[in-house]
Amino acid sequence: MLSIENITHSIDVWLNRTFSPTVAVLLESLIVGLCVIGLFALLGLVLVLMERKVSAYMQIRLGPNRVGPGGSLQTVADTLKLAMKEGLTPDGADKFLFNLAPFLVIVVAMMILAPVAFAKGTQIWDINIGVLYITAISSLSVIGILMAGWASNNKYSLLGAMRSGAQIVSYELSAGISVISIVVLTGSLRISDIIASQQDGWWLFKGHVPAVISFIIFIIAVTAETNRAPFDLAEAESELTAGFHTEYSGMKFALFFLAEYVNIFIVCAIAATLYLGGWMPLHIGHWAGFNGVMDYIPSSLWFIGKTFFLIFMIMWFRWTFPRLRIDQLLNLEWKYLLPLSMVNLLLTALIAIERWHF
Amino acid sequence: MGSSSLIVLFIAGVAFSAGGIAVARIFVKGTKNWQKGQAYECGVPTAGSPWNQFNVGYYLYALIFLIFDVELVFMYPWAVAVRKIGIAGLVEIVVFLFMLFMGFLYAHKKGALKWM
Repeated sequence: MLSIENITHSIDVWLNRTFSPTVAVLLESLIVGLCVIGLFALLGLVLVLMERKVSAYMQIRLGPNRVGPGGSLQTVADTLKLAMKEGLTPDGADKFLFNLAPFLVIVVAMMILAPVAFAKGTQIWDINIGVLYITAISSLSVIGILMAGWASNNKYSLLGAMRSGAQIVSYELSAGISVISIVVLTGSLRISDIIASQQDGWWLFKGHVPAVISFIIFIIAVTAETNRAPFDLAEAESELTAGFHTEYSGMKFALFFLAEYVNIFIVCAIAATLYLGGWMPLHIGHWAGFNGVMDYIPSSLWFIGKTFFLIFMIMWFRWTFPRLRIDQLLNLEWKYLLPLSMVNLLLTALIAIERWHF
Repeated sequence: MGSSSLIVLFIAGVAFSAGGIAVARIFVKGTKNWQKGQAYECGVPTAGSPWNQFNVGYYLYALIFLIFDVELVFMYPWAVAVRKIGIAGLVEIVVFLFMLFMGFLYAHKKGALKWM
């Protein structure tokens, strides 16, 4: 059967047979780099269009439908327009940091992709501390945002960056504790082990009530971490124009915009991996017949389906909940979510020790 | 791929952003104008500098965050091992969390979590 695992494996075998090992490794690196860049570009195009279409249908309008069939080339046109714009640097800005910030944000978003499992046996690097690696690298992106806001020498940018920083570091705690509760159930930080442990059911269904609570907390926390509505007061347009990227224009603005959408994809992919089994098809215990039928759907489709379902949910939030105020936002995290997720972690540990999960 | 993938991804990220900016450079015909370089303030002339005193509330949250972030790092090895240690591990983490929670309650009592 034609699967992504077979394709990557045969490419690997062919390269190693045709070239010397050093050249083969170099060519593989080149292919991986090009694939990741292609994935970035594709994600930007798809997610921006999806966002506009979803919000259009939620408000009973059509959304972009002129450029290309069904408006599918609208984002390409927008990107071309942005490429034609001059990338200004304000006179008073800290020029070095101002130009470094978009690079940092994109590089961080790209490096998180290393341990993400896109399909069965398709991972760039199956690192043994995968979950810790993701948490560590993703917390670097706040530096890029603070850098952008501070270096712009603009009051809106600075306020937006400060809000964004306070929000991201606060919600990182709940997200981290939710991740740890899955690590407690699995006993491993490796992404492939976490997926393999969901062979007989996803953790959302196997882990009783604590897994459901930690899933909900994780989704709330990552919505806040990616600065999405209802937690988008870092770029609340009615009070801060555009938040930390007010002064950015042209391609540098496009990079921030792209990084935002890629980050949504990444956090949803991680949520799908931890709670919904990643590429693992829907399996119920040891029902061989049912599991066999589910295995016919390719693993990459399962992964993409779950991830895009979660992305759709996060887009849905935007048109359902009104924006919070900054003190309400921080209260929600520090007074409700953090204590709740700690108690939930202890419950999860009790379940894991007593083997009460299925 | 092994750890070399990190270098590959880093280079890919830099190449992607640098490529985008460089391609845009080709198309753009920039004009110079003193008003272009001004900081944006909704149309009115810029007043004062934002590199100034700032609300301390944000820093207080950052300080409390540090306590819990270090705690989170300590919890990763515990989370991997707790199934093997058993109920003793649970008791120990309850003691650990209790002590941290007292610090959190102290900060709360002192008003560090109150906005303004």
